[in-house]
Amino acid sequence: MTNLADTATRTAGDIVMRALGKTYPGTASAAVDGVNLEIRAGETVCIVGASGCGKSTVLRMVAGFESVSSGELSVAGVPVTGPGPDRGVVFQDYGLFPWLTVAENIAYGPRQAGLPRAVVADRMIEALSAVGLARVAESFPHQLSGGMQQRVAIARLLANRPAVMLMDEPFGALDALTRTDMQHELQRIQRETGMTILFVTHSIEEAVYLGDRVVVMAGGTAHGIPGHVREIVDVPLGEHRDPTSPEFTAIERRIDALVHAGNSHRMPDHTEEIR
Amino acid sequence: MTITTPQRPATTDTPAPAPTSRRARPRSLGWLVALPVPLVLLALWQAGVQNGWVLPFDIKMTFLPTPVEVGRRLIDLAAGGLYDDSFSGTLWAHLWASTVRVAQGFGLAVVVGVPLGVLMGRSRLLFRMLEPTVNLIRPVPVTAWAPLTLLIIGFGDRSTAFLVFLAAVFPILLNTIAGVHQVPPRLFEAARMLGTPSAQTLYKVVLPAAAPSIVSGMRIAMGLAWVILVVGETVGISTGLGALITQAREQSRTDLIVAGMVVIGLAGFVADRLLALVFRVAFGRRPILTVRSTS
Repeated sequence: MTNLADTATRTAGDIVMRALGKTYPGTASAAVDGVNLEIRAGETVCIVGASGCGKSTVLRMVAGFESVSSGELSVAGVPVTGPGPDRGVVFQDYGLFPWLTVAENIAYGPRQAGLPRAVVADRMIEALSAVGLARVAESFPHQLSGGMQQRVAIARLLANRPAVMLMDEPFGALDALTRTDMQHELQRIQRETGMTILFVTHSIEEAVYLGDRVVVMAGGTAHGIPGHVREIVDVPLGEHRDPTSPEFTAIERRIDALVHAGNSHRMPDHTEEIR
Repeated sequence: MTITTPQRPATTDTPAPAPTSRRARPRSLGWLVALPVPLVLLALWQAGVQNGWVLPFDIKMTFLPTPVEVGRRLIDLAAGGLYDDSFSGTLWAHLWASTVRVAQGFGLAVVVGVPLGVLMGRSRLLFRMLEPTVNLIRPVPVTAWAPLTLLIIGFGDRSTAFLVFLAAVFPILLNTIAGVHQVPPRLFEAARMLGTPSAQTLYKVVLPAAAPSIVSGMRIAMGLAWVILVVGETVGISTGLGALITQAREQSRTDLIVAGMVVIGLAGFVADRLLALVFRVAFGRRPILTVRSTS
Protein backbone atom coordinates (compact mmCIF):
# COMPACT_ATOMS: atom_id res chain seq x y z
CA MET A 1 0.00 0.00 0.00
CA THR A 2 2.73 2.40 0.97
CA ASN A 3 4.75 1.26 -2.00
CA LEU A 4 2.00 2.18 -4.40
CA ALA A 5 2.15 5.72 -3.07
CA ASP A 6 5.91 5.87 -3.44
CA THR A 7 6.28 9.23 -5.13
CA ALA A 8 9.96 8.74 -5.88
CA THR A 9 9.10 6.43 -8.78
CA ARG A 10 6.15 8.53 -9.87
CA THR A 11 6.39 11.90 -11.54
CA ALA A 12 3.89 14.65 -10.90
CA GLY A 13 1.05 14.38 -13.38
CA ASP A 14 -0.46 17.77 -13.95
CA ILE A 15 -2.22 18.15 -17.29
CA VAL A 16 -2.45 21.46 -19.11
CA MET A 17 -4.67 22.03 -22.17
CA ARG A 18 -4.64 25.42 -23.86
CA ALA A 19 -7.02 26.11 -26.75
CA LEU A 20 -6.73 22.41 -27.52
CA GLY A 21 -8.39 21.32 -30.74
CA LYS A 22 -8.69 18.27 -32.97
CA THR A 23 -9.63 18.16 -36.63
CA TYR A 24 -9.68 14.75 -38.25
CA PRO A 25 -8.08 14.59 -41.70
CA GLY A 26 -10.67 14.81 -44.42
CA THR A 27 -13.28 16.56 -42.32
CA ALA A 28 -14.13 20.21 -42.75
CA SER A 29 -14.94 21.20 -39.18
CA ALA A 30 -13.10 20.47 -35.96
CA ALA A 31 -14.28 17.62 -33.73
CA VAL A 32 -13.02 19.49 -30.66
CA ASP A 33 -12.00 23.10 -30.37
CA GLY A 34 -10.75 25.58 -27.81
CA VAL A 35 -10.52 23.32 -24.78
CA ASN A 36 -8.86 25.08 -21.83
CA LEU A 37 -8.35 22.88 -18.81
CA GLU A 38 -5.70 22.63 -16.13
CA ILE A 39 -5.68 19.53 -13.99
CA ARG A 40 -3.51 19.55 -10.88
CA ALA A 41 -1.39 16.54 -10.00
CA GLY A 42 -3.43 14.16 -7.85
CA GLU A 43 -6.74 15.62 -8.92
CA THR A 44 -9.64 13.60 -10.28
CA VAL A 45 -11.46 15.31 -13.12
CA CYS A 46 -14.46 13.79 -14.86
CA ILE A 47 -15.69 14.75 -18.31
CA VAL A 48 -19.38 14.32 -19.12
CA GLY A 49 -21.37 15.24 -22.19
CA ALA A 50 -23.67 13.82 -24.84
CA SER A 51 -22.37 11.32 -27.37
CA GLY A 52 -20.14 12.88 -30.00
CA CYS A 53 -19.21 15.93 -27.94
CA GLY A 54 -15.54 14.98 -28.19
CA LYS A 55 -14.91 13.92 -24.60
CA SER A 56 -13.20 10.71 -25.67
CA THR A 57 -11.21 12.62 -28.28
CA VAL A 58 -9.79 14.86 -25.54
CA LEU A 59 -8.81 11.82 -23.49
CA ARG A 60 -7.27 10.09 -26.50
CA MET A 61 -5.21 13.19 -27.25
CA VAL A 62 -3.87 13.18 -23.70
CA ALA A 63 -3.10 9.47 -24.13
CA GLY A 64 -1.18 10.31 -27.30
CA PHE A 65 -3.37 8.09 -29.51
CA GLU A 66 -4.62 11.12 -31.42
CA SER A 67 -2.38 13.95 -32.56
CA VAL A 68 -3.05 17.50 -31.43
CA SER A 69 -4.38 19.64 -34.30
CA SER A 70 -4.32 23.02 -32.59
CA GLY A 71 -3.47 24.51 -29.23
CA GLU A 72 -1.21 23.06 -26.56
CA LEU A 73 -1.26 19.93 -24.48
CA SER A 74 1.32 18.96 -21.90
CA VAL A 75 1.55 16.44 -19.07
CA ALA A 76 3.96 17.17 -16.21
CA GLY A 77 5.23 20.09 -18.26
CA VAL A 78 6.16 17.97 -21.27
CA PRO A 79 4.22 18.39 -24.54
CA VAL A 80 2.41 15.20 -25.52
CA THR A 81 3.73 13.72 -28.76
CA GLY A 82 2.62 10.10 -28.49
CA PRO A 83 1.62 7.34 -26.09
CA GLY A 84 3.87 6.67 -23.11
CA PRO A 85 3.97 4.67 -19.90
CA ASP A 86 3.58 7.86 -17.82
CA ARG A 87 -0.06 7.98 -18.98
CA GLY A 88 -1.94 4.73 -18.40
CA VAL A 89 -5.26 4.17 -20.13
CA VAL A 90 -8.20 2.08 -18.95
CA PHE A 91 -10.50 1.19 -21.85
CA GLN A 92 -14.17 0.34 -21.73
CA ASP A 93 -13.37 -2.97 -23.44
CA TYR A 94 -10.37 -3.65 -21.15
CA GLY A 95 -7.78 -4.21 -23.92
CA LEU A 96 -6.08 -7.07 -22.08
CA PHE A 97 -3.74 -9.37 -24.01
CA PRO A 98 -5.79 -12.56 -24.39
CA TRP A 99 -2.72 -14.78 -24.77
CA LEU A 100 -1.18 -13.68 -21.47
CA THR A 101 -2.27 -14.78 -18.02
CA VAL A 102 -3.54 -12.21 -15.53
CA ALA A 103 -0.11 -12.17 -13.88
CA GLU A 104 1.68 -11.76 -17.21
CA ASN A 105 -0.68 -9.00 -18.29
CA ILE A 106 0.14 -7.12 -15.10
CA ALA A 107 3.86 -7.75 -15.39
CA TYR A 108 3.89 -6.58 -19.01
CA GLY A 109 4.56 -2.90 -18.30
CA PRO A 110 7.34 -3.34 -15.72
CA ARG A 111 8.96 -5.96 -17.97
CA GLN A 112 8.73 -3.59 -20.91
CA ALA A 113 10.45 -0.96 -18.77
CA GLY A 114 13.34 -3.40 -18.31
CA LEU A 115 13.07 -3.59 -14.53
CA PRO A 116 14.91 -6.35 -12.69
CA ARG A 117 12.96 -9.59 -12.38
CA ALA A 118 12.53 -9.28 -8.62
CA VAL A 119 11.08 -5.79 -8.94
CA VAL A 120 8.69 -6.96 -11.65
CA ALA A 121 7.48 -9.78 -9.41
CA ASP A 122 7.04 -7.45 -6.44
CA ARG A 123 5.04 -4.96 -8.44
CA MET A 124 2.91 -7.68 -9.96
CA ILE A 125 2.01 -9.17 -6.58
CA GLU A 126 1.40 -5.74 -5.10
CA ALA A 127 -0.89 -4.68 -7.95
CA LEU A 128 -2.74 -8.01 -7.87
CA SER A 129 -3.51 -7.68 -4.19
CA ALA A 130 -4.42 -3.99 -4.57
CA VAL A 131 -7.37 -5.06 -6.72
CA GLY A 132 -8.00 -8.34 -4.86
CA LEU A 133 -7.17 -10.70 -7.72
CA ALA A 134 -4.31 -12.80 -6.32
CA ARG A 135 -6.53 -15.87 -6.62
CA VAL A 136 -6.86 -15.67 -10.41
CA ALA A 137 -3.24 -14.77 -11.21
CA GLU A 138 -2.80 -17.80 -13.48
CA SER A 139 -6.15 -17.46 -15.29
CA PHE A 140 -6.53 -16.02 -18.75
CA PRO A 141 -8.63 -12.88 -19.30
CA HIS A 142 -11.44 -14.68 -21.15
CA GLN A 143 -12.05 -16.81 -18.08
CA LEU A 144 -12.92 -13.75 -15.99
CA SER A 145 -16.06 -11.64 -15.73
CA GLY A 146 -16.09 -8.10 -17.10
CA GLY A 147 -15.60 -6.57 -13.66
CA MET A 148 -12.61 -8.77 -12.96
CA GLN A 149 -11.09 -8.06 -16.37
CA GLN A 150 -11.38 -4.34 -15.65
CA ARG A 151 -9.66 -4.90 -12.30
CA VAL A 152 -6.82 -6.61 -14.17
CA ALA A 153 -6.63 -3.64 -16.52
CA ILE A 154 -6.36 -1.28 -13.55
CA ALA A 155 -3.81 -3.52 -11.81
CA ARG A 156 -1.71 -3.55 -14.98
CA LEU A 157 -1.53 0.24 -14.77
CA LEU A 158 -0.79 0.25 -11.04
CA ALA A 159 2.18 -2.03 -11.68
CA ASN A 160 3.41 0.42 -14.29
CA ARG A 161 3.20 3.42 -11.90
CA PRO A 162 1.86 6.02 -14.33
CA ALA A 163 1.55 9.63 -13.16
CA VAL A 164 -1.80 9.89 -14.91
CA MET A 165 -4.61 7.39 -15.26
CA LEU A 166 -6.90 8.06 -18.24
CA MET A 167 -10.20 6.23 -18.04
CA ASP A 168 -12.49 6.10 -21.07
CA GLU A 169 -15.94 5.04 -19.83
CA PRO A 170 -14.20 2.25 -17.94
CA PHE A 171 -17.26 0.96 -16.10
CA GLY A 172 -19.76 1.52 -18.91
CA ALA A 173 -19.98 -2.16 -19.81
CA LEU A 174 -20.39 -3.40 -16.24
CA ASP A 175 -23.58 -4.17 -14.35
CA ALA A 176 -24.78 -1.65 -11.78
CA LEU A 177 -23.54 -3.54 -8.69
CA THR A 178 -20.08 -4.20 -10.10
CA ARG A 179 -19.93 -0.63 -11.27
CA THR A 180 -20.50 0.71 -7.74
CA ASP A 181 -17.86 -1.67 -6.35
CA MET A 182 -15.39 -0.48 -8.94
CA GLN A 183 -16.08 3.17 -8.17
CA HIS A 184 -15.32 2.54 -4.49
CA GLU A 185 -12.15 0.72 -5.38
CA LEU A 186 -10.99 3.39 -7.78
CA GLN A 187 -11.49 6.03 -5.09
CA ARG A 188 -9.42 4.02 -2.63
CA ILE A 189 -6.67 3.44 -5.18
CA GLN A 190 -6.59 7.12 -6.06
CA ARG A 191 -6.14 8.03 -2.40
CA GLU A 192 -3.38 5.48 -1.92
CA THR A 193 -1.45 6.39 -5.04
CA GLY A 194 -2.16 10.09 -5.50
CA MET A 195 -2.47 9.55 -9.23
CA THR A 196 -4.03 12.18 -11.46
CA ILE A 197 -7.21 10.77 -12.97
CA LEU A 198 -9.01 11.96 -16.08
CA PHE A 199 -12.27 10.07 -16.25
CA VAL A 200 -14.70 10.16 -19.18
CA THR A 201 -18.21 8.93 -18.47
CA HIS A 202 -21.83 9.05 -19.62
CA SER A 203 -23.08 8.88 -16.05
CA ILE A 204 -23.49 12.20 -14.28
CA GLU A 205 -23.86 10.43 -10.94
CA GLU A 206 -20.56 8.64 -11.49
CA ALA A 207 -18.88 11.91 -12.41
CA VAL A 208 -20.14 13.69 -9.28
CA TYR A 209 -19.24 10.69 -7.12
CA LEU A 210 -15.65 10.46 -8.33
CA GLY A 211 -14.64 13.91 -9.51
CA ASP A 212 -13.05 16.81 -7.69
CA ARG A 213 -14.32 18.72 -10.69
CA VAL A 214 -16.68 17.83 -13.51
CA VAL A 215 -16.10 19.18 -17.00
CA VAL A 216 -19.31 19.47 -19.02
CA MET A 217 -18.69 19.28 -22.74
CA ALA A 218 -21.18 20.16 -25.48
CA GLY A 219 -21.40 20.46 -29.22
CA GLY A 220 -20.06 17.91 -31.62
CA THR A 221 -20.61 17.24 -35.30
CA ALA A 222 -24.26 16.31 -34.67
CA HIS A 223 -24.85 19.90 -33.52
CA GLY A 224 -22.89 21.51 -36.30
CA ILE A 225 -20.33 23.06 -33.94
CA PRO A 226 -17.06 21.60 -32.62
CA GLY A 227 -17.09 19.94 -29.23
CA HIS A 228 -16.14 22.40 -26.51
CA VAL A 229 -16.16 22.86 -22.75
CA ARG A 230 -19.46 24.36 -21.65
CA GLU A 231 -18.64 24.65 -17.98
CA ILE A 232 -16.39 23.28 -15.28
CA VAL A 233 -18.29 22.43 -12.10
CA ASP A 234 -16.55 22.14 -8.71
CA VAL A 235 -17.62 19.24 -6.53
CA PRO A 236 -16.78 20.36 -2.96
CA LEU A 237 -18.22 17.28 -1.27
CA GLY A 238 -15.11 15.94 0.46
CA GLU A 239 -14.02 12.34 0.69
CA HIS A 240 -17.12 10.45 1.65
CA ARG A 241 -19.91 11.15 -0.76
CA ASP A 242 -23.50 10.07 -0.40
CA PRO A 243 -25.30 10.04 -3.76
CA THR A 244 -28.63 10.43 -1.94
CA SER A 245 -27.64 13.56 -0.02
CA PRO A 246 -29.26 16.87 -1.04
CA GLU A 247 -25.87 18.47 -1.76
CA PHE A 248 -24.96 15.61 -4.09
CA THR A 249 -28.25 15.64 -5.98
CA ALA A 250 -28.15 19.42 -6.30
CA ILE A 251 -24.82 19.25 -8.15
CA GLU A 252 -26.09 16.33 -10.18
CA ARG A 253 -29.17 18.30 -11.22
CA ARG A 254 -27.11 21.31 -12.17
CA ILE A 255 -24.79 19.24 -14.38
CA ASP A 256 -27.75 17.46 -15.89
CA ALA A 257 -29.22 20.83 -16.83
CA LEU A 258 -25.89 21.88 -18.35
CA VAL A 259 -25.60 18.70 -20.38
CA HIS A 260 -29.07 19.01 -21.82
CA ALA A 261 -29.49 22.79 -21.91
CA GLY A 262 -27.30 23.31 -24.93
CA ASN A 263 -29.53 21.63 -27.45
CA SER A 264 -32.46 24.03 -27.06
CA HIS A 265 -30.00 26.86 -26.50
CA ARG A 266 -28.44 26.37 -29.91
CA MET A 267 -31.70 25.78 -31.70
CA PRO A 268 -31.87 29.24 -33.36
CA ASP A 269 -28.49 28.65 -35.04
CA HIS A 270 -29.74 25.39 -36.43
CA THR A 271 -32.96 26.71 -37.86
CA GLU A 272 -31.07 29.50 -39.50
CA GLU A 273 -28.69 27.04 -41.11
CA ILE A 274 -31.52 24.92 -42.37
CA ARG A 275 -33.28 27.90 -43.89
CA MET B 1 -16.56 -19.99 -21.63
CA THR B 2 -16.42 -19.94 -17.86
CA ILE B 3 -17.57 -16.69 -16.37
CA THR B 4 -16.90 -16.02 -12.74
CA THR B 5 -18.70 -13.32 -10.87
CA PRO B 6 -16.82 -10.78 -8.79
CA GLN B 7 -19.41 -11.21 -6.03
CA ARG B 8 -18.11 -14.68 -5.27
CA PRO B 9 -14.36 -14.54 -5.68
CA ALA B 10 -13.98 -17.74 -3.66
CA THR B 11 -15.14 -19.81 -6.63
CA THR B 12 -12.74 -18.34 -9.15
CA ASP B 13 -9.87 -20.79 -8.86
CA THR B 14 -8.55 -21.23 -12.40
CA PRO B 15 -11.47 -22.82 -14.22
CA ALA B 16 -9.09 -23.94 -16.96
CA PRO B 17 -9.47 -27.75 -16.88
CA ALA B 18 -13.15 -27.60 -17.81
CA PRO B 19 -12.74 -27.04 -21.57
CA THR B 20 -10.18 -29.83 -22.00
CA SER B 21 -12.34 -32.45 -20.28
CA ARG B 22 -15.32 -31.27 -22.31
CA ARG B 23 -13.32 -31.82 -25.47
CA ALA B 24 -11.83 -35.16 -24.49
CA ARG B 25 -15.06 -37.11 -24.27
CA PRO B 26 -16.39 -36.64 -27.80
CA ARG B 27 -12.92 -37.37 -29.14
CA SER B 28 -12.74 -40.86 -27.61
CA LEU B 29 -16.29 -41.50 -28.80
CA GLY B 30 -15.41 -40.08 -32.21
CA TRP B 31 -13.08 -42.96 -32.98
CA LEU B 32 -15.96 -45.42 -32.72
CA VAL B 33 -18.31 -43.29 -34.78
CA ALA B 34 -15.71 -42.85 -37.53
CA LEU B 35 -15.00 -46.58 -37.81
CA PRO B 36 -17.95 -47.96 -39.89
CA VAL B 37 -17.49 -45.71 -42.94
CA PRO B 38 -13.96 -46.83 -43.91
CA LEU B 39 -14.85 -50.45 -43.12
CA VAL B 40 -17.86 -50.30 -45.46
CA LEU B 41 -15.74 -48.60 -48.14
CA LEU B 42 -13.11 -51.34 -47.91
CA ALA B 43 -15.80 -54.01 -48.17
CA LEU B 44 -17.37 -52.33 -51.23
CA TRP B 45 -13.93 -52.00 -52.80
CA GLN B 46 -13.20 -55.69 -52.31
CA ALA B 47 -16.64 -56.68 -53.67
CA GLY B 48 -16.34 -54.30 -56.63
CA VAL B 49 -13.00 -55.69 -57.75
CA GLN B 50 -14.14 -59.30 -57.37
CA ASN B 51 -17.39 -58.73 -59.31
CA GLY B 52 -15.91 -56.39 -61.93
CA TRP B 53 -18.23 -53.45 -61.25
CA VAL B 54 -18.22 -50.53 -63.66
CA LEU B 55 -18.89 -47.28 -61.85
CA PRO B 56 -19.81 -43.82 -63.20
CA PHE B 57 -16.97 -42.07 -65.06
CA ASP B 58 -16.39 -45.51 -66.58
CA ILE B 59 -14.38 -46.65 -63.58
CA LYS B 60 -13.58 -50.27 -64.31
CA MET B 61 -12.99 -51.86 -60.95
CA THR B 62 -11.51 -55.03 -62.41
CA PHE B 63 -8.33 -53.09 -63.06
CA LEU B 64 -8.02 -52.18 -59.38
CA PRO B 65 -6.02 -54.22 -56.90
CA THR B 66 -8.01 -55.54 -53.94
CA PRO B 67 -7.47 -54.00 -50.50
CA VAL B 68 -5.74 -57.19 -49.46
CA GLU B 69 -3.27 -56.94 -52.35
CA VAL B 70 -2.55 -53.32 -51.48
CA GLY B 71 -2.01 -54.33 -47.86
CA ARG B 72 0.44 -57.06 -48.86
CA ARG B 73 2.25 -54.64 -51.14
CA LEU B 74 2.50 -52.11 -48.33
CA ILE B 75 4.04 -54.68 -46.00
CA ASP B 76 6.48 -55.72 -48.71
CA LEU B 77 7.37 -52.10 -49.41
CA ALA B 78 8.05 -51.45 -45.76
CA ALA B 79 9.74 -54.70 -44.73
CA GLY B 80 10.23 -56.81 -47.86
CA GLY B 81 10.00 -60.58 -47.85
CA LEU B 82 6.70 -61.00 -49.78
CA TYR B 83 7.49 -60.23 -53.43
CA ASP B 84 11.24 -59.65 -53.33
CA ASP B 85 11.27 -57.37 -56.36
CA SER B 86 13.13 -54.10 -56.86
CA PHE B 87 10.59 -52.25 -54.69
CA SER B 88 10.76 -54.49 -51.64
CA GLY B 89 11.82 -52.69 -48.48
CA THR B 90 12.40 -49.38 -50.24
CA LEU B 91 9.56 -47.49 -48.57
CA TRP B 92 11.67 -45.76 -45.92
CA ALA B 93 14.18 -44.42 -48.43
CA HIS B 94 11.33 -42.97 -50.52
CA LEU B 95 9.56 -41.58 -47.46
CA TRP B 96 12.72 -40.01 -46.10
CA ALA B 97 13.66 -38.39 -49.42
CA SER B 98 10.17 -36.90 -49.76
CA THR B 99 10.07 -35.75 -46.13
CA VAL B 100 13.35 -33.88 -46.57
CA ARG B 101 12.03 -32.08 -49.67
CA VAL B 102 8.76 -31.21 -47.93
CA ALA B 103 10.62 -29.94 -44.87
CA GLN B 104 12.93 -27.77 -47.00
CA GLY B 105 10.17 -26.26 -49.12
CA PHE B 106 7.79 -25.82 -46.22
CA GLY B 107 10.45 -24.37 -43.95
CA LEU B 108 11.44 -21.83 -46.58
CA ALA B 109 7.76 -20.96 -47.11
CA VAL B 110 7.37 -20.26 -43.37
CA VAL B 111 10.56 -18.20 -43.24
CA VAL B 112 9.41 -16.09 -46.19
CA GLY B 113 5.63 -16.12 -45.73
CA VAL B 114 5.25 -15.22 -42.06
CA PRO B 115 7.55 -12.15 -41.89
CA LEU B 116 6.37 -10.89 -45.29
CA GLY B 117 2.76 -11.42 -44.22
CA VAL B 118 3.27 -9.52 -40.98
CA LEU B 119 4.86 -6.61 -42.84
CA MET B 120 2.21 -6.58 -45.57
CA GLY B 121 -0.51 -6.77 -42.96
CA ARG B 122 0.87 -3.80 -41.03
CA SER B 123 2.08 -1.56 -43.81
CA ARG B 124 -0.62 -0.24 -46.10
CA LEU B 125 2.03 0.89 -48.58
CA LEU B 126 3.71 -2.52 -48.74
CA PHE B 127 0.32 -4.20 -49.08
CA ARG B 128 -0.68 -1.96 -51.99
CA MET B 129 2.71 -2.51 -53.62
CA LEU B 130 2.77 -6.30 -53.36
CA GLU B 131 -0.82 -7.52 -53.16
CA PRO B 132 -1.64 -7.28 -56.90
CA THR B 133 1.55 -9.12 -57.85
CA VAL B 134 0.94 -11.82 -55.26
CA ASN B 135 -2.60 -12.36 -56.49
CA LEU B 136 -1.41 -12.46 -60.10
CA ILE B 137 1.13 -15.19 -59.40
CA ARG B 138 -1.00 -17.14 -56.96
CA PRO B 139 -3.63 -18.50 -59.41
CA VAL B 140 -0.93 -20.16 -61.54
CA PRO B 141 -1.21 -23.80 -60.46
CA VAL B 142 1.98 -25.24 -59.06
CA THR B 143 1.57 -28.10 -61.52
CA ALA B 144 1.99 -25.52 -64.29
CA TRP B 145 5.27 -24.40 -62.75
CA ALA B 146 6.67 -27.92 -62.84
CA PRO B 147 7.83 -28.11 -66.48
CA LEU B 148 9.43 -24.67 -66.30
CA THR B 149 11.10 -25.51 -63.01
CA LEU B 150 12.74 -28.56 -64.56
CA LEU B 151 14.22 -26.38 -67.28
CA ILE B 152 15.43 -23.49 -65.14
CA ILE B 153 16.55 -25.43 -62.05
CA GLY B 154 17.11 -28.87 -63.48
CA PHE B 155 16.31 -32.37 -62.25
CA GLY B 156 16.81 -33.02 -58.59
CA ASP B 157 15.92 -32.20 -55.02
CA ARG B 158 16.11 -28.46 -55.45
CA SER B 159 13.36 -28.20 -58.05
CA THR B 160 11.02 -30.35 -55.96
CA ALA B 161 11.73 -28.32 -52.85
CA PHE B 162 11.10 -25.17 -54.87
CA LEU B 163 7.72 -26.47 -56.04
CA VAL B 164 6.80 -27.36 -52.46
CA PHE B 165 7.81 -23.83 -51.45
CA LEU B 166 5.61 -22.34 -54.18
CA ALA B 167 2.65 -24.42 -53.07
CA ALA B 168 3.13 -23.65 -49.38
CA VAL B 169 4.07 -19.98 -49.40
CA PHE B 170 0.76 -18.51 -50.58
CA PRO B 171 -1.55 -20.01 -47.96
CA ILE B 172 0.93 -19.01 -45.25
CA LEU B 173 1.34 -15.49 -46.63
CA LEU B 174 -2.37 -14.83 -47.18
CA ASN B 175 -3.44 -16.27 -43.82
CA THR B 176 -0.78 -14.26 -42.02
CA ILE B 177 -1.96 -11.06 -43.72
CA ALA B 178 -5.58 -11.83 -42.84
CA GLY B 179 -4.64 -12.60 -39.24
CA VAL B 180 -2.67 -9.37 -38.91
CA HIS B 181 -5.57 -7.37 -40.34
CA GLN B 182 -7.84 -8.85 -37.69
CA VAL B 183 -5.75 -7.81 -34.70
CA PRO B 184 -7.97 -5.47 -32.65
CA PRO B 185 -6.51 -1.91 -32.82
CA ARG B 186 -7.17 -1.67 -29.09
CA LEU B 187 -4.32 -4.08 -28.40
CA PHE B 188 -1.86 -1.75 -30.11
CA GLU B 189 -3.08 1.13 -27.98
CA ALA B 190 -2.77 -1.01 -24.87
CA ALA B 191 0.77 -2.03 -25.76
CA ARG B 192 1.80 1.52 -26.63
CA MET B 193 0.47 3.07 -23.42
CA LEU B 194 2.27 0.39 -21.41
CA GLY B 195 5.54 1.56 -22.91
CA THR B 196 6.01 -0.65 -25.98
CA PRO B 197 7.89 1.14 -28.79
CA SER B 198 5.94 1.08 -32.03
CA ALA B 199 8.35 -1.26 -33.82
CA GLN B 200 8.23 -3.84 -31.01
CA THR B 201 4.46 -4.21 -31.35
CA LEU B 202 5.19 -6.35 -34.42
CA TYR B 203 6.30 -9.26 -32.26
CA LYS B 204 4.79 -8.30 -28.92
CA VAL B 205 1.25 -7.81 -30.24
CA VAL B 206 0.88 -8.72 -33.92
CA LEU B 207 2.56 -12.12 -33.88
CA PRO B 208 0.71 -13.56 -30.85
CA ALA B 209 -2.61 -12.00 -31.85
CA ALA B 210 -2.36 -13.30 -35.42
CA ALA B 211 -1.02 -16.69 -34.33
CA PRO B 212 -4.33 -18.56 -34.89
CA SER B 213 -4.44 -17.48 -38.54
CA ILE B 214 -0.75 -18.14 -39.07
CA VAL B 215 -1.12 -21.62 -37.63
CA SER B 216 -4.09 -22.48 -39.85
CA GLY B 217 -2.20 -21.14 -42.88
CA MET B 218 0.73 -23.39 -42.03
CA ARG B 219 -1.55 -26.41 -41.72
CA ILE B 220 -3.16 -25.77 -45.11
CA ALA B 221 0.32 -25.29 -46.58
CA MET B 222 1.55 -28.55 -45.08
CA GLY B 223 -1.32 -30.38 -46.77
CA LEU B 224 -0.51 -28.81 -50.15
CA ALA B 225 3.18 -29.61 -49.74
CA TRP B 226 2.48 -33.35 -49.84
CA VAL B 227 0.04 -32.94 -52.71
CA ILE B 228 2.75 -31.37 -54.84
CA LEU B 229 5.19 -34.26 -54.34
CA VAL B 230 3.43 -36.43 -56.91
CA VAL B 231 4.00 -33.74 -59.54
CA GLY B 232 7.36 -32.58 -58.25
CA GLU B 233 8.98 -35.99 -58.16
CA THR B 234 7.76 -37.25 -61.53
CA VAL B 235 10.79 -36.58 -63.67
CA GLY B 236 14.46 -37.14 -63.05
CA ILE B 237 14.13 -38.35 -59.49
CA SER B 238 14.46 -41.97 -58.44
CA THR B 239 13.73 -41.81 -54.73
CA GLY B 240 10.64 -40.22 -53.29
CA LEU B 241 7.01 -41.18 -52.92
CA GLY B 242 6.10 -39.36 -56.14
CA ALA B 243 8.91 -41.13 -57.96
CA LEU B 244 7.66 -44.45 -56.57
CA ILE B 245 4.20 -43.82 -57.98
CA THR B 246 5.61 -42.72 -61.31
CA GLN B 247 7.72 -45.87 -61.64
CA ALA B 248 4.73 -47.99 -60.64
CA ARG B 249 2.63 -46.33 -63.34
CA GLU B 250 5.29 -46.99 -65.98
CA GLN B 251 5.12 -50.67 -65.04
CA SER B 252 1.29 -50.62 -64.74
CA ARG B 253 1.52 -51.85 -61.14
CA THR B 254 -1.79 -50.67 -59.71
CA ASP B 255 -1.22 -52.23 -56.28
CA LEU B 256 2.02 -50.27 -56.02
CA ILE B 257 0.31 -47.04 -57.13
CA VAL B 258 -2.41 -47.40 -54.52
CA ALA B 259 0.16 -48.32 -51.88
CA GLY B 260 2.06 -45.13 -52.76
CA MET B 261 -1.15 -43.12 -52.52
CA VAL B 262 -1.86 -44.58 -49.09
CA VAL B 263 1.64 -43.71 -47.87
CA ILE B 264 1.43 -40.11 -49.15
CA GLY B 265 -1.97 -39.71 -47.52
CA LEU B 266 -0.69 -41.09 -44.24
CA ALA B 267 2.45 -38.97 -44.40
CA GLY B 268 0.35 -35.83 -44.91
CA PHE B 269 -1.92 -36.84 -42.05
CA VAL B 270 0.97 -37.52 -39.68
CA ALA B 271 2.73 -34.29 -40.70
CA ASP B 272 -0.43 -32.31 -39.90
CA ARG B 273 -0.74 -33.99 -36.51
CA LEU B 274 2.93 -33.37 -35.77
CA LEU B 275 2.49 -29.72 -36.65
CA ALA B 276 -0.54 -29.51 -34.35
CA LEU B 277 1.48 -31.20 -31.61
CA VAL B 278 4.34 -28.73 -32.03
CA PHE B 279 1.90 -25.85 -31.64
CA ARG B 280 0.27 -27.43 -28.61
CA VAL B 281 3.66 -27.86 -26.94
CA ALA B 282 4.76 -24.35 -27.90
CA PHE B 283 1.59 -22.54 -26.82
CA GLY B 284 0.54 -24.80 -23.95
CA ARG B 285 -2.90 -23.89 -22.68
CA ARG B 286 -2.63 -20.34 -23.95
CA PRO B 287 -5.92 -19.37 -25.54
CA ILE B 288 -4.56 -18.54 -28.96
CA LEU B 289 -7.14 -20.55 -30.85
CA THR B 290 -10.44 -18.79 -31.64
CA VAL B 291 -10.66 -16.78 -28.48
CA ARG B 292 -13.25 -14.02 -28.49
CA SER B 293 -10.86 -11.21 -27.84
CA THR B 294 -11.68 -7.73 -26.64
CA SER B 295 -13.71 -6.14 -29.37
